[in-house]
Amino acid sequence: METIISSKTQTVIMGPNQPFTIIGERINPTGRKLLAAEMAAGDFSRVERDAIAQVQAGARILDVNAGIPLADEPAIMAQAVKTVMAVTDVPLSIDSSVIAALESGLQAYEGKALVNSVTGEDERLAAVLPLIKKYGAAVVAISNDETGISEDPDVRFAVAKKIVERAMDYGIPKEDVIIDPLVMPIGAVRYGGRQVFSILRRVQEELQVNTVCGASNISFGLPNRPVLNAAFLTMAIVSGLTSAITNPTAPELRQAMLAADVMMGNDENCLAWIDYDRRRKAAAQGDTAPTDRESRRRRRRERAR
Amino acid sequence: MNDEVNIKDMPIDELLELMQDDLYDGYADEVVAEVNEALSRGMTPYEVLTQGLVAGMDIVGVDFRDGVLFVPEVLMAAKAMKAGMIILRPLLAETGAPKVGTLVIGTVKGDIHDIGKNLVAMMMEGAGFEVINLGINNDVDSFMGAIDAHNPDIIGMSALLTTTMPYMRTVVNTLKEKGIRRDLIVLVGGAPVNDAFAEDIGADACCRDAAVAVETAEKLMAIKREKG
Repeated sequence: METIISSKTQTVIMGPNQPFTIIGERINPTGRKLLAAEMAAGDFSRVERDAIAQVQAGARILDVNAGIPLADEPAIMAQAVKTVMAVTDVPLSIDSSVIAALESGLQAYEGKALVNSVTGEDERLAAVLPLIKKYGAAVVAISNDETGISEDPDVRFAVAKKIVERAMDYGIPKEDVIIDPLVMPIGAVRYGGRQVFSILRRVQEELQVNTVCGASNISFGLPNRPVLNAAFLTMAIVSGLTSAITNPTAPELRQAMLAADVMMGNDENCLAWIDYDRRRKAAAQGDTAPTDRESRRRRRRERAR
Repeated sequence: MNDEVNIKDMPIDELLELMQDDLYDGYADEVVAEVNEALSRGMTPYEVLTQGLVAGMDIVGVDFRDGVLFVPEVLMAAKAMKAGMIILRPLLAETGAPKVGTLVIGTVKGDIHDIGKNLVAMMMEGAGFEVINLGINNDVDSFMGAIDAHNPDIIGMSALLTTTMPYMRTVVNTLKEKGIRRDLIVLVGGAPVNDAFAEDIGADACCRDAAVAVETAEKLMAIKREKG
């Protein structure tokens, strides 16, 4: 059950035996007035900066959303996709609820994209899945349908299963469907955590496809959110979660993901964990590139004398 | 990882430095290639061991002690060292190269902790010692049997529990009874073990980590050789 997402030069493999995949969420004008105004006016400099910063912080895929009210979303999406491809090598997730914007983004993209997203609603499935098939992309499948979001994990699992089956009817391999179990704010839904963990386990065991969710929805409306988000994410990973759409520049989340990779045995020799720690300590001392092989060697040779 | 590096065209001192770098980074395949290249240039197995591998492992030990390197990295370096030693060991025996020393090491009776003890064993191998690792839960007979079989220079004992460390005294007393205590260097270690305890039971030294164990072993071996 490995999902491959690629750019022209990079391939990301998602799966239970792979390091956890962070999909950077920052390139999204929703709730970011300044970014929305700039993007609508054709200024993509902030998009460039957000792209670079997220990749440096550990994002393996970048989500690109161009949802600006009353703007030409397909055109802005195409421009945003081209902009991000020009400044980073990572694969992209094309994020829109507007079909024309998805298609425009897919046309502009070079590689195998992730499309974010389709729901279990028949109308959406009929509109999005042919695009996925046409462009050979992978798709995020959100486990709600016409009846809304059920609090019963069995119902949400049934929706997930329906989407996977429908995708296969269109000739889309099931590993190219990534299930989002939908995370509810636990401050309002007491068993919101358990629901998600249960769906994640079943998706991994019964559907055998990859999963994704937002990492910060869980703590909405509560204090000290980073700690709750980190605990949620770690527990979700044990339950089978293989990727998250989140802001990788938040250190608590980044560390929780790296720690989870260590615990799951997906960080061989703990090298990513050690590397992160070295960079963190070096950054605190104002050193920028302490872990590349050359500077390690220089330092080693100085010590040897 | 040496895609662009051609070791055939490299001066010998650069080759040795590269061997040390690759050992430090735990690149076993590269170390093997460099050991073979150094031998093909006419270096003796002993020179490759001391100027390449041991020199490289020295720094690994120091950096581990100083918190620069961590356990997985030391294990990777030790694996690379082992890969190099597989080539060198038979050649060293053939050429009658001087032996650095032989160590028999084990966790004492009643104790099953061995991660630190294995690190010591690997670092000692890295320093060129021949190491006989007896594993966990060793009684006096197990240590005595290994001494008879391997004629070591050093006995290393490890314990992680305050309840099991007194057994080290039992082993030392047996060595005394058999009249071989003075032929051997006795090193002890493990979380609860300290210098005072080592002295009290009649061991030669307490080693707080793998790097200190290697330093101490080398120092005491030099003294032992002087005494002849």
